[in-house]
Amino acid sequence: MAKTTGEMEKKETQNMITIYLDGKEVEVPQGVSVLEACQMEGIHIPTLCYFEGLSPWGGCRICLVEIEGQPNLAASCVTPVREGMKIRTTSKKVREARRANLELLLSNHPLDCQLCDRNGSCELQDLAYQFGVREIHFKGERKTYEVDNSSPSVKRDAERCILCGRCVRTCREVQTVCAIDYANRSFETFISPSLGLPLGESVCVNCGQCILACPTGALSEVSHVDQVWDAIEDPEKFVVLQTAPAIRVSIGEPFGLPPGTISTGKMVAAFRRLGFDRIFDTNFSADLTIIEEGTEFINRVKQGGKLPLITSCSPGWIKFMEHFYPDLMDNVSTCKSPQQMFGAVAKTYYAQKLGIDPQDMIVVSIMPCTAKKFECQREEMSASGCQDVDFSLTTREAARMLKEKGIDLKEMPDEDFDDPLGISTGAAAVFGATGGVMEAALRSVYELLTGKTLEKLDFYPVRGIEGVKEATVEVDGMEVKVAVAHSLSNARQVLDWVRSGEAQYHFIEIMACPGGCIGGGGQPIPTNLENRMKRIEAIYQVDQSLPLRKSHENPAVKQLYKEFLGEPNGEKAHHLLHTHYLAREKM
Amino acid sequence: METIKWEDEHIFQEVDSIIEKYWEEKSPLLCVLQEISLRWHYLPRPLMQHVAEKLDVPSSKVYGVATFYSFLETEPIGQHVVRVCESAPCHVRGAMDVLSTLKRELGIKEGETTRDGKFTLEVTSCLGVCGVAPAMMIDQVTYGNLTPERIREVLTLYN
Amino acid sequence: MFYRMHVLVEMSSTSIPLGAAQIKERLEREVEKAGLSQEIQILESGSLGAAVPSPFIAVYPDNIVYAPVKIGEVKRIVEEHFLKGRPVKDLIYFKEKTPGVHAFLPRSPLAKEKRVVLRNSGLIDPMNIEDYIARDGYLALARVLSLSPEEVIGIVKDSGLLGRGGAGFPTGLKWEFTYKAPGEEKYIVCNADEGEPGTFKDRLILEGDPHSVLEAMAIAGYAVGANTGYIYIRAEYPESIRHLETAIEQANQRGLLGKDIFGSGFDFQVKIRKGAGAYVCGEETALLESIEGGRGEPRVKPPYPPQSGLWGKPTVINNVETLANIPPIILNGPQWFKNIGTPTCPGTKVFTLTGNINNLGLTEVPMGITLRELILEIGGGVAQGNGLKLVQTGGPSGGTMTPDLLDVPMDFDTLPKYNSALGSGALTVIDDTHCIVDVTKNFCRFFLHESCGKCTPCRIGNKRVVEILERISVGEGKMEDLDTLKFLGEHMKTTSFCGLGQAAPNPLLRCLVFFQEEFEAHIVDKKCLTGSCEMNKGQKVLVH
Repeated sequence: MAKTTGEMEKKETQNMITIYLDGKEVEVPQGVSVLEACQMEGIHIPTLCYFEGLSPWGGCRICLVEIEGQPNLAASCVTPVREGMKIRTTSKKVREARRANLELLLSNHPLDCQLCDRNGSCELQDLAYQFGVREIHFKGERKTYEVDNSSPSVKRDAERCILCGRCVRTCREVQTVCAIDYANRSFETFISPSLGLPLGESVCVNCGQCILACPTGALSEVSHVDQVWDAIEDPEKFVVLQTAPAIRVSIGEPFGLPPGTISTGKMVAAFRRLGFDRIFDTNFSADLTIIEEGTEFINRVKQGGKLPLITSCSPGWIKFMEHFYPDLMDNVSTCKSPQQMFGAVAKTYYAQKLGIDPQDMIVVSIMPCTAKKFECQREEMSASGCQDVDFSLTTREAARMLKEKGIDLKEMPDEDFDDPLGISTGAAAVFGATGGVMEAALRSVYELLTGKTLEKLDFYPVRGIEGVKEATVEVDGMEVKVAVAHSLSNARQVLDWVRSGEAQYHFIEIMACPGGCIGGGGQPIPTNLENRMKRIEAIYQVDQSLPLRKSHENPAVKQLYKEFLGEPNGEKAHHLLHTHYLAREKM
Repeated sequence: METIKWEDEHIFQEVDSIIEKYWEEKSPLLCVLQEISLRWHYLPRPLMQHVAEKLDVPSSKVYGVATFYSFLETEPIGQHVVRVCESAPCHVRGAMDVLSTLKRELGIKEGETTRDGKFTLEVTSCLGVCGVAPAMMIDQVTYGNLTPERIREVLTLYN
Repeated sequence: MFYRMHVLVEMSSTSIPLGAAQIKERLEREVEKAGLSQEIQILESGSLGAAVPSPFIAVYPDNIVYAPVKIGEVKRIVEEHFLKGRPVKDLIYFKEKTPGVHAFLPRSPLAKEKRVVLRNSGLIDPMNIEDYIARDGYLALARVLSLSPEEVIGIVKDSGLLGRGGAGFPTGLKWEFTYKAPGEEKYIVCNADEGEPGTFKDRLILEGDPHSVLEAMAIAGYAVGANTGYIYIRAEYPESIRHLETAIEQANQRGLLGKDIFGSGFDFQVKIRKGAGAYVCGEETALLESIEGGRGEPRVKPPYPPQSGLWGKPTVINNVETLANIPPIILNGPQWFKNIGTPTCPGTKVFTLTGNINNLGLTEVPMGITLRELILEIGGGVAQGNGLKLVQTGGPSGGTMTPDLLDVPMDFDTLPKYNSALGSGALTVIDDTHCIVDVTKNFCRFFLHESCGKCTPCRIGNKRVVEILERISVGEGKMEDLDTLKFLGEHMKTTSFCGLGQAAPNPLLRCLVFFQEEFEAHIVDKKCLTGSCEMNKGQKVLVH
């Protein structure tokens, strides 16, 4: 994403050239594609394989335009503008050709929209509507494939795949995981995980960015919806909900609220009406995470432990590390993620408080994330004696449940989280955005180390959409060098610097998804740069609006230590709130 | 057919020596896969994975390449691959008869392998020996001006 | 050692499938049995083309060619000719009067031939660099090294040489673009991924005269500033690969390739990369992807290879036949070259005669020759006295020529005017006993099999086209299918990503127009007018 801004700046200094778009003379920067030129001029060109932030592919042949003097139509996404170029974007020839390619794609597509996860948010469906396709003229064999349910997070339904490759390029270019690629050729081409094995056996880190990139229902999350309904229904079960920091700024979108609308109160009210017994907040355990991780950092600094310390909140990043950077395992904080800390605390501390057998408690999380489904099923994540977090819903699944129950989030009153695991600070709120964990940690580490009150709480250098952010913060006479990376390609860059010794950091925050959790693979579709920015903005507004903005000031957390955990990083805290990792094959 | 334990250390060593041969080359993936398939007739998964690790190439890419090319196989095939040219120059000189003779003689259809694991029958694009059409290729050797009689004669060379 | 007699046995991909290796072995055994091993040297040679049936044995200095030789005849040739000095008259194919072994230049039995590219093929032992050197081999490279790169590019530009791979782009311009492109590292790539059905010229050039291509690559390297060349060659061509490997080794040993060639300070190495069975890799950017170890999917153009090619470096990609023209152009000058062929398409073209034709094989003739001369004179006419239905020029992706176009000059400029194309120079003759639906289906199946799958129109379009043709060929077609085929054909042509998908419908579109009644007969009357297709096997319908 940093690249995109960089490119824009570069273009501004470039020469302008004159082209003719549908007869209108316009000036556009040299070097842009015809598609980009059209976008700049407000001319809509339909696309499928083109995707913001990825290299252009030119394969779907939907964005075709007519260029004077060329007998063949050109794919606008891969055709650079030339001086004097005369382009027609909606001639009969163009419209017919686009529609024919769409019909060809549809001729190899199930056409059972009602049964599809993306019914209503499918780009193929939208185009068929916009192009007025009423009949498919090229009927023939349709490829059939088994659904791949092997992954705990991502479901693959290759029959719905149109081979646009957006998932492949996302996995390769944005995440550098390369878990999937094209296999076979011609009509037999399909997208395959490593070595033709099921996705669950591959290096896939479950980040779900491919789902956000997929224009159809070929990729979706593995649903926990039915299990959650069953739990709610079951009178024997006490069902506790936790909502991640990023949900409150995106859950409104499926209900027609603009991206970046803060819906905390409405969200709580809506889920309460769904039938959960308690509505708690992952922000509570985010504050708890800061106490544990901050303490770990201070101890490592004081005792000469392994540095840099790298955050561990993002389960996609954790699996990525286990596959590709197991040599840096000891640098990664042993703290569990807020989701898992919540589960462990809920099924011990809170269950005891209520006098409930943890076996009878179901902890459900709503996360902007698909990797959380994988995380909660990890063997290490049962400190309470049973699985600490039972089910993890994405924002999309949660919204669908509300809709099934006929709950319109917009119309909800504002209600408060339940006590005590619903109390949180602004520091926890910013966990949802890239740089947030770092900022929250710095606020607490500074005060805990120096004993002084921090005057300026906003650490602007770690905020924003830049791919890798660096800052040096003076804490108690020590120059603390920090780095923040979001998306795994950026993480890789920082980690390679660490490996080679090129950069000396003390503390690094890594989030697997671009923009941080607000851009997670479980978020509403579309999750694009614009929506990410709006959600980030909202996250900082939530922080600003709260009376308490430092994790160590959270009264509920203080009470938890006092009543139950004892010391941060103490024996009990270690047992419940910390974990270990395992090296995996780098396939 | 002999069963090979692909995870055996000595097989990996053999793969390593193939990789060693191309170590100095830029982007040697395809070369390495070709040699492995020459040696073992196909690309067993453990070997593809081993190559991916050694060459530091994603295994999804290795699989993508392995499945793209007609001459690379990812599933076990016969000891000898019979490739019948079905392109026009052979087609108009009786390639279909060649194919039906082979099907009859081997008792299999195209894409199949004989039960004894000896032959796999495949249809292929132009072999570039149109001067002696109709033609076929068995492993590395090309045979032309094929008649049912000549096909039977050629097959005996492999029995 | 002095031999009184040199015997060349054709060991080409045309002759080997016909038992040439066994013939050579028998020859060696018989010569030894006759006690002539010290007197007679047995060598290998490449193909002489359609002019001489395979396999042949050429005897020097007698200048006698036996062809086609059967294994049972070897004993007679040795006993009668080699031992007793009495040539076996009934086995002689032709006899030349001109003396000398390597100075010998055959006057082709077919006067229309003009051998530039094939100047050495069939005359020299390709496995022996001495033979090539004796015929002015590497002299052009030596001369080039005393010129400036600009001068070399100038000569090639002046010659008007057009790329022989099919597209006909001026070779000199390609070199100039690459020369001018910024960058220290540049590459020469020889495209020997000859996959166009019916084409095997590059194979026989590489088998018969591999050094001419190596020399040309070094010249190109010097001209554009590249020190490494790659030959990307089909895996289907083991003989060519073997000959190339030997040739590279010999050239390296003699300092004609490698470091500091001729003491000029110029380094040039040649490497071989093998294809793995993918026609699309003949497309130059797909070829680059394949050399880089990936799936052979074509790249977005621009940038073109002279700007950004192999590993993103400026790259010249030339076809084998194009390169084989370079040394003679350097030695004889551009004007000599321009005197051959037509003003806009100078030089010769190697054609491969395939299908239902009497003389199969390759032939090199000046550009602008007519199809009539090629098919009826050089090719000896349609096989078995049948009528001519069509000639597919340049393979399935080229053009479809009907008998009324026999007098059109064959060159890059003229054929497009007839919706046809010269392409690679493949000529597939199809006689009138063949069903057009069956033939069209064959062409379209080829493209379906070879599509890389990257773009929608090629991946799914080819599939739908083949499905419709399959339906028509078993009598299940509808008249609307013909409109759908036309629409899809035009659609694939104008919207596919690369040349493969754009060219795939060429034969379909032409045949739908030329042979409309045959398609309709399959659909309406449920019968095949030739009776040769799946529709009504056995119940042959007589026409004419």
